[in-house]
Amino acid sequence: MSECNCSCDENFKELDFEKMEDDIIVCRCEEITMKEIREWIPKGYDTFDELKRLLRVGMGPCQGRGCRDIILREISKMTGVPVCDIPSGTIRPPVKPIKSSLTASKGGEYE
Amino acid sequence: MSWQKTADAVVIGGGMMGMATAYYLAKLGMKDVVLLEKNTVASGATGRCAAAFRSTWGGELNIILGKACIDKYEKLSEELGMDIGLYQNGYLFIAYSDEQVENFKKCIKLQNSLGVPSRMLSHDEAKELCPGINLNGTKGFYWHKRDGHADPMLTNFAHQEAAKREGVNIQKFTDVTGFKMTEGAVKGVCTNKGDIDTNIVINAAGAWAGRVAALAGLSIPVHGERHEILATEPVEFGVCPTFLMSYDPDFYMQQRPHGSIIAGCGPSRYRKEAAPFNDYEMGDCWNFLEHMTGVMNKVLPRTKGIRVVRQWSGMYDITPDMQPVIGEAEEMKGFWMNVSGSRGFMFGPVAGEMVAEQIILGKTSLPIEKFHWSRYARGEFLVDTAIA
Ligand SMILES: Cc1cc2nc3c(=O)[nH]c(=O)nc-3n(C[C@H](O)[C@H](O)[C@H](O)COP(=O)(O)OP(=O)(O)OC[C@H]3O[C@@H](n4cnc5c(N)ncnc54)[C@H](O)[C@@H]3O)c2cc1C
Ligand code: FES
Repeated sequence: MSECNCSCDENFKELDFEKMEDDIIVCRCEEITMKEIREWIPKGYDTFDELKRLLRVGMGPCQGRGCRDIILREISKMTGVPVCDIPSGTIRPPVKPIKSSLTASKGGEYE
Repeated sequence: MSWQKTADAVVIGGGMMGMATAYYLAKLGMKDVVLLEKNTVASGATGRCAAAFRSTWGGELNIILGKACIDKYEKLSEELGMDIGLYQNGYLFIAYSDEQVENFKKCIKLQNSLGVPSRMLSHDEAKELCPGINLNGTKGFYWHKRDGHADPMLTNFAHQEAAKREGVNIQKFTDVTGFKMTEGAVKGVCTNKGDIDTNIVINAAGAWAGRVAALAGLSIPVHGERHEILATEPVEFGVCPTFLMSYDPDFYMQQRPHGSIIAGCGPSRYRKEAAPFNDYEMGDCWNFLEHMTGVMNKVLPRTKGIRVVRQWSGMYDITPDMQPVIGEAEEMKGFWMNVSGSRGFMFGPVAGEMVAEQIILGKTSLPIEKFHWSRYARGEFLVDTAIA
């Protein structure tokens, strides 16, 4: 394998991955970063639903499809509890956001 | 937090009523306060509610206490050191019959006499307040600016963080399964994690408080009733800038500052059969979604194109007169109840402080003694014409 002559390898070593990850937006729907998640887990918010109720992660239009697994992994990493033992939270209907006029009772009446 | 085997007081329930009680007990100087929650904090009705508060009630006591709740809510973020998402732009009460207009006028008169400056609004004023509202069929409106809403989960957690700072020991996933008792006094609490000896227990288990009381052999009429609610995707603020509320047909609608519209109504509107008396089954039904989106589209036609993201349900803590059940059990010294009668979000901070005052100081700065459930045995019900 040929060695590369540039200094990319050293630069690579200098990168602080932990810190870089902090800025990553974990929940794109609600724009919540890894840093916020990492701040609250040690304070005892170490189930998905607690973080959801505190930071709104999982309350966006995708209902946590984008962020649930990443967050469960992070809880597991920080608490040492295996992912399968962390309460993973409730998934609520509807499965996909749906225009309210499509479900609305057609009578259009109050009753 | 580690398990402790003795405590000065044990609070049961990690919703608003329980968490506020624990916070104020510790704040007023009690040393060893433990709070037990069967699931997680804010997992009960509190984390599922519409989180509105008001002083616009129809009975004197409720108006006085409602005012105290608003005074408290306005200062909560600062007192607890965490933002609770306060938003104040009134409840806009909508009447669809002349009879309701008459009731509004009576309520306003009583409210004004007690220092709550609520007033009737003209159709134009209502439209100005909530430009998208459909006025068809409406007969009248009333409003009081300082009523409003907050984020229920943040409010519950803000109390939890403040309680922790005051030294409260909070144990989640801890189910109270029984009590230790001697000749008419409570001596301890039994749980799935072990026992705690204590002379003071505060039952703030919300809709489940009747069941918890039964574990101590007490028959106290509190039961659960499932109420459903939905939230839309966030949209630009201004679709529903005030809390809309109607008693008949009953519904409420609001927009949170981050943009979601939240709407709910009582179960009789969409359930074909009456709800069973003790309905502890969480669940979400199509009938609710169909009915509620219909009402929402009708009251606020501009919501037609807005998408529903989520629907869920929570337990109302129902009492015979839909009023709070608060006090010490006559037949069981040291056993206290702190149940709101399905207004525990707004009432929590004030009820928590009053119960803590009663336990520690032996008196309260606001009148809550009428809420003792011994009224039911005497055939007395507290009347308020402004309960949905
Ligand atoms: C859809 C909906 C909308 C609402 N809107 C409003 C509103 O706008 N404004 C308002 O003021 N109120 C509103 N309410 C009512 C309000 O939510 C409740 O009255 C309030 O949350 C009750 O608070 P709580 O602390 O008594 O009960 P909860 O928040 O239910 O807390 C009780 C806790 O006790 C725990 N528990 C039960 N049994 C045990 C046991 N054996 N051991 C240990 N723990 C136990 C439960 O897990 C639960 O967490 C609404 C309710 C619903 C469902
Ligand atoms: S990414 Fe978190 S709710 Fe969509």
